[in-house]
Amino acid sequence: MTDTPVLSVHDLVVEIPTRHGVLRPVDNVSYDIHAGEILGVVGESGAGKSMTGNAVIGLLDRPARIVSGEILLSGQPIQGLKRDVIRKLRGKKMGMIFQDPLTSLNPLLTVGDQLTETILEHLKVGQTEARKRAIAALEEVGIPAAAQRINSYPHEFSGGMRQRVVIALALCAEPDLVIADEPTTALDVSVQAQIVALLKRLCRERGVAVMLVTHDMGVIAEAADRVAVMYAGRLAELGPVREVLTQARHPYTAGLMASTPLASQGRKRLRQIPGSMPRLGALPTGCAFHPRCEFAQDKCRQEPGPTIDRCDGRAACWFPLTAKQEVSA
Amino acid sequence: MLAYIIRRVAQSILVLLVVGLVAFAMFRFVGDPIDNMLGQERTQADIERLREQLGLDQPFIVQYWRFLEQAIQGNFGLSYRQGRPVSDILIERLPATLELAVVSGLMALVGGIALGIFTAIRRRGVSANVIMTLSLVGVSLPTFLIGILLIYLFSVELGWLPSFGRGEVTDLGWWTTGFLTESGLKALILPAITLGLYQMTLIMRLVRTEMLEVLRMDYVRFARARGIRERAINFRHALKNTLVPVITITGLQLGSIIAFAIITETVFQWPGVGLLFINAIQFVDIPVMAAYLMLISVMFVGINLIVDMLYFAIDPRLRADRTQGGH
Amino acid sequence: MSDTPAPAPQSRLRRAWDSDFTWSFRHAPVAIVSSFVVLVLILAALLAPLITPHDPFNPATLNLMNGFTPPGQANAFTGDTFILGTDDQGRDVFSTILYGMRISLFVGFAAVLLAMVIGVTLGLLAGYLGGWVESIIMRVADVQLTFPAILVAMLIFGIAKGITPPEYRDQMAIWVLILAIGLSDWVQFARVVRGATLVEKSKEYVQAARLIGRSPFSIMLRHILPNVLNPVLVIATISLALAIIAEATLSFLGVGAPPTKPSLGTLIRIGQEFMFSGEWWILFFPALALLALALSINLLGDWLRDALNPRLR
Repeated sequence: MTDTPVLSVHDLVVEIPTRHGVLRPVDNVSYDIHAGEILGVVGESGAGKSMTGNAVIGLLDRPARIVSGEILLSGQPIQGLKRDVIRKLRGKKMGMIFQDPLTSLNPLLTVGDQLTETILEHLKVGQTEARKRAIAALEEVGIPAAAQRINSYPHEFSGGMRQRVVIALALCAEPDLVIADEPTTALDVSVQAQIVALLKRLCRERGVAVMLVTHDMGVIAEAADRVAVMYAGRLAELGPVREVLTQARHPYTAGLMASTPLASQGRKRLRQIPGSMPRLGALPTGCAFHPRCEFAQDKCRQEPGPTIDRCDGRAACWFPLTAKQEVSA
Repeated sequence: MLAYIIRRVAQSILVLLVVGLVAFAMFRFVGDPIDNMLGQERTQADIERLREQLGLDQPFIVQYWRFLEQAIQGNFGLSYRQGRPVSDILIERLPATLELAVVSGLMALVGGIALGIFTAIRRRGVSANVIMTLSLVGVSLPTFLIGILLIYLFSVELGWLPSFGRGEVTDLGWWTTGFLTESGLKALILPAITLGLYQMTLIMRLVRTEMLEVLRMDYVRFARARGIRERAINFRHALKNTLVPVITITGLQLGSIIAFAIITETVFQWPGVGLLFINAIQFVDIPVMAAYLMLISVMFVGINLIVDMLYFAIDPRLRADRTQGGH
Repeated sequence: MSDTPAPAPQSRLRRAWDSDFTWSFRHAPVAIVSSFVVLVLILAALLAPLITPHDPFNPATLNLMNGFTPPGQANAFTGDTFILGTDDQGRDVFSTILYGMRISLFVGFAAVLLAMVIGVTLGLLAGYLGGWVESIIMRVADVQLTFPAILVAMLIFGIAKGITPPEYRDQMAIWVLILAIGLSDWVQFARVVRGATLVEKSKEYVQAARLIGRSPFSIMLRHILPNVLNPVLVIATISLALAIIAEATLSFLGVGAPPTKPSLGTLIRIGQEFMFSGEWWILFFPALALLALALSINLLGDWLRDALNPRLR
């Protein structure tokens, strides 16, 4: 592993101005992803996971915008670059996989058209070479009879196969970073595991850095090397997946784990976190999690929640859980 | 696919039968045909004879069948007003309307799609917004006012273009055309703009809406995420998907050009079937009304059929049962 | 735990003022201006007998000598001045416009109301009952949609004219117009209401209402109808502009309001004859009134559609 991370995000803040005030769907988020590593990003819907991914790849929908922070791609800052330069980085340096393979593919173009189009855009190759590579890309993601299937339209593939095509598309120009935004959510459970395994394999074989956005703790446990837990736009906890899953330091992560059925944890009663995540327009004072936190103290209610680096480097909590502290029954 | 075509053709025939029923009912029940055909001096015997001749003593369904038989042969009887066969009058008037409709239809289609794409891509641009506002004025301006405005400007004030009629036409035996003479072409300009402008604004707004819708789709986002350039996204990915719904409505729009020609033809005294129809309504000339109705239904239904066939050319999902051999 | 202050109690008025709907209204100058214009025009039309200096249809007050007086100038023979001039028969153009607008608006509103009643009823029935009722209604709608509304209206007008005895034709013309335009325009309403009904029908509260034995009629009326009102309102506004234009067009073509009861379209038809001879005002002012009316209603409808459908913003 080289020292420069493929993706390095520092204090990223994304804001959406509305007439009820400015919302911050992403608030002071920092993390790195190295080559060949899968960073899982989890959290409830609306926690800012997808927004972070969109901000990195430069596809924020108006009026959302990055107001501060830094995004480094292989050490190079990408903000402030011309639109056309960033466009060329997309696909070539960073790819993205969307949630729903049904809608991610253009129904009126064959998968071959869409693949060669992407390859020709980014790599200096001719038509025939591009086609050859397109077939190779399909083969790599496990599509049988790729040479024939390349002329098929998206509707002629099943859901799982389509997601494979999507992955092939995201990877065909050989990017260093792939942002996978809920890549398994829209799929059947049996297919989910295959897609996760595929992502994992491609990551290892090619040394791609993967940012895996999901709300599914099972997927994280299965695929991720490290995990970032997000809550209300902030990073709650960040660390190696094994440690975070078994010994959560942030009460939210602990609650999340207690409410997720995981095979590795054996038989345990599932618990739920009381209440629900606040809307961005109505964040409580202090730490955003304090109204739902059973360990909350005065400090949590008054002072804004700390960022991870100001604490122990893993959990953004004034009073991180120690190994002995178990979530009481 | 064949089954689909057969079903569509069957539907079209059903529509035509229904329209035929309406046309027939007009004949039969609006005014008394006997009254209309015989003068003031008539005897009861005359009436009886004509009634039998026209088959008015037959059951309704038999009469309807006869009417259809006659209609298919293009026989709609005599115009109450002109006393000539309706089919002759229609054939004489049709070229004027078709030439006008084709020219303005093309104008509306080309201009509408081009402007629609432009305003969708430059959604926040100043010129796109100006065009959109103007188009709203265009939609609110009734066709006849546009015609009057153009006449006032180019005929009355500037004196550049004729304000009525078709100019000099060339008789080709089976067709009369205004395309071959200067005065014919000049006479075409104002009516064509009048007729096409409204349709153009409609098509433009439709293309814009559809295109904006498509540009929000996941596959467009995904294409962006792959670094495809904007040009290719707009014209390769978005435009093609935009065209599918646009074709339906545009097809209907082009059909309605023939109907809206009624208004334009009245404003410019253009000697087409539309003007004929308006005069027929004013004088309750039922045979002409019925024949016009049948004629334009055939055109509409034909256009609709063609539009449906066009779908197959554009959308592979509809061709599914043909290409599925690859599985 | 909850230490956030409770929101201050708000009056109902305050809440309405702050709602998204009024907010977007207050921030849309186009909507404000156009609704102002619509209101002024409607008021002017309603109060026409009070505002107008002359009753243009009372022969006793007409003076043929006043014919063709240009706007704002004194007539050479009588010395009378008319703000917008007079037509060939000496009728005050300003007055004829206000009276014409009365007819245009009346026909427009009545036709839309008719179309709305027919369309909403059929749409509700089709969506709620389904089955053959739905098939028949939607097939008829499809067939009618194949033909442009204006053509259908002309046809209905022509047939109705054929049926009414000649001596009643002028009297009946307005009602025939309403019928023709109303019947030509119901399909839009029916389609939208049917679609919305299908959506609402499958929702749980309707299912629940069915389970507790509410009659279909009361479910449609009390549960489904309120939920389809937004789109109906939008269509009605846009239909109103279309109906006014359709009426004007028919009247302009000579198959609408008769010269004895002229609408704006009839006035334009009359005025067109004087375009070449220089009496432009007889044509110009009615045309301007029609344009102002149609445009401002259209702009209002356009804004309404965007305001009630946030996705398009």
